[in-house]
Amino acid sequence: MNLETIIGLEIHVELKTDSKMFSPSPAHFGAEPNTNTNVIDWGYPGVLPVVNERAIEFGMRAALALNCTINQDTKFDRKNYFYPDNPKAYQISQFDRPIGHDGWVDIEVNGETKRIRIERVHLEEDAGKNTHGTDGYSYVDLNRQGTPLIEIVSEADMRSPEEAYAYLEAIKQIIQFTGVSDVKMEEGSMRCDANISLRPFGQEAFGTKSELKNLNSFNFVRRGLAHEVERQEKVLVAGGELLQETRRYDESTGKTLLMRVKEGSSDYRYFPEPDLPRLVIEDKWVESVRQSLPEMPKARRARYVSELGIPEYDAEVLTASKEMSDFFDGVLSHDVDAKQASNWLMGEVSAYLNSEKLAIDETALTPKALAEMINLIADGTISSKIAKKVFRELIINGSDDVKALVEEKGWAQLSDPSKLLPIINYILDNNEQSIEDFKNGRDRAIGFLVGQIMKQTRGQANPGVVNQLLNEEIEKR
Amino acid sequence: MAINEETVKHVAKLAKLEFKEEEIHDFTEGMDKIIQLVEQLEDLDTTGVEGTYHGITHHSVLREDKAKLEVTREELFKNVKTQQDGYIKVPAIMDNGESGA
Repeated sequence: MNLETIIGLEIHVELKTDSKMFSPSPAHFGAEPNTNTNVIDWGYPGVLPVVNERAIEFGMRAALALNCTINQDTKFDRKNYFYPDNPKAYQISQFDRPIGHDGWVDIEVNGETKRIRIERVHLEEDAGKNTHGTDGYSYVDLNRQGTPLIEIVSEADMRSPEEAYAYLEAIKQIIQFTGVSDVKMEEGSMRCDANISLRPFGQEAFGTKSELKNLNSFNFVRRGLAHEVERQEKVLVAGGELLQETRRYDESTGKTLLMRVKEGSSDYRYFPEPDLPRLVIEDKWVESVRQSLPEMPKARRARYVSELGIPEYDAEVLTASKEMSDFFDGVLSHDVDAKQASNWLMGEVSAYLNSEKLAIDETALTPKALAEMINLIADGTISSKIAKKVFRELIINGSDDVKALVEEKGWAQLSDPSKLLPIINYILDNNEQSIEDFKNGRDRAIGFLVGQIMKQTRGQANPGVVNQLLNEEIEKR
Repeated sequence: MAINEETVKHVAKLAKLEFKEEEIHDFTEGMDKIIQLVEQLEDLDTTGVEGTYHGITHHSVLREDKAKLEVTREELFKNVKTQQDGYIKVPAIMDNGESGA
């Protein structure tokens, strides 16, 4: 039996607002347990939630960046369930009028572009966090309760774990560029559930799907799905039947484990949230959000490749984060060679960021300073060897005037013949034997002489100029 | 739409309520009457009346995104039965994937 894999992803993204979705409690990460909550988060009788304006704006930003149509007449709905991470026993979500619908993103797998459709992007509130103790109790922290979320639901358009991985990566990148979330899977600000099923090639109807939870990293998504493909395949090939299950990825074994078998689906008893009136979004709000969207990673990559002649791979690396891409564009605005700028960012800058575990905007380096330094190398003011010293100074301490810094530190290259000639002649006067050797065809002698001159100038002499002047001076002797 | 005992049992289960058999019987009758009462609305002629999906016409109430702490943990924890180190302590609940978000 030849089976085709069908995958759809549900991605939750926490929005980086100051306050919560429906209450003014702080929506900040890392506070003491249960200190960022109020009576609305706890669902006390008589309280009234009020929608956070910025959460709507962020939801729209994300939806528009994912090419969705905005539901300008939208509303919130109540989804009922009992679980101690949510003291209200319901979650306010959006059921039939999500803020965005019918979007898409393009992914690239094995050099081929594929469009993955997005069914919907809806707004909702996050639940609190349970820690399960070994003592027969669970410990609940409601700080996260009520944090604004968007859920991005794809169509079942992915056909392999690799495509799912590429899709997740594309979503992460786009959302990161919109600035509405940190989208860090390791910190939980981006979370992913997957629906996966198999069907014989050529069959139109989907097979029985399972829902995978706890896919808390990019690699877990890939490995969990790969394991699930294998498991379902085994059952189907043996002539068995699959049940609609919720399964959990177990990171220690790389396998998926059964959590529960799903029976029926409408048990959440959604109904329009009676505490919140409907929301009408005016055209001008949608348009202003649309106008404020930054250039997306795919467009930037295309621009780097076609306008700047940057290699495809480099363009990929430079657009991996908005900070890096903005920095690169910033350097370019200072009239500098694009390839040199790209080389520095991909080389020394990235190496420094990796070793120090920093993002580029967390260092003292500015686009202007990097551009100035690159231009000082280009015009011969500093050698590429000294540039590494300059660079370290710029990324650790920063500078508004690299030229002045180079002069102050005495890092400028010595290229002026009137200053170099006395030194060259001094060295020649004291190394008659080397001149002799050179004239007898021993090329190595010139290397020795250059070395002496470099030593005399503490490495600051411009090697190109020294070579030229040295040859001329030897000729004269 | 007629309500039967199965529906009542199902709704009771979802609401985590337990009833005796005769109570189920009473509820079935009671809920059936409520449904019949509401079903009278279907007799109304709604030609030319625009559809709605919310009970009130008031719309678009938004709040500025500004964090504010209004109540302390100590105050909120007055209604917490068991607690430890700032956490609400509850009987262990197996994570069965039912949580909402």
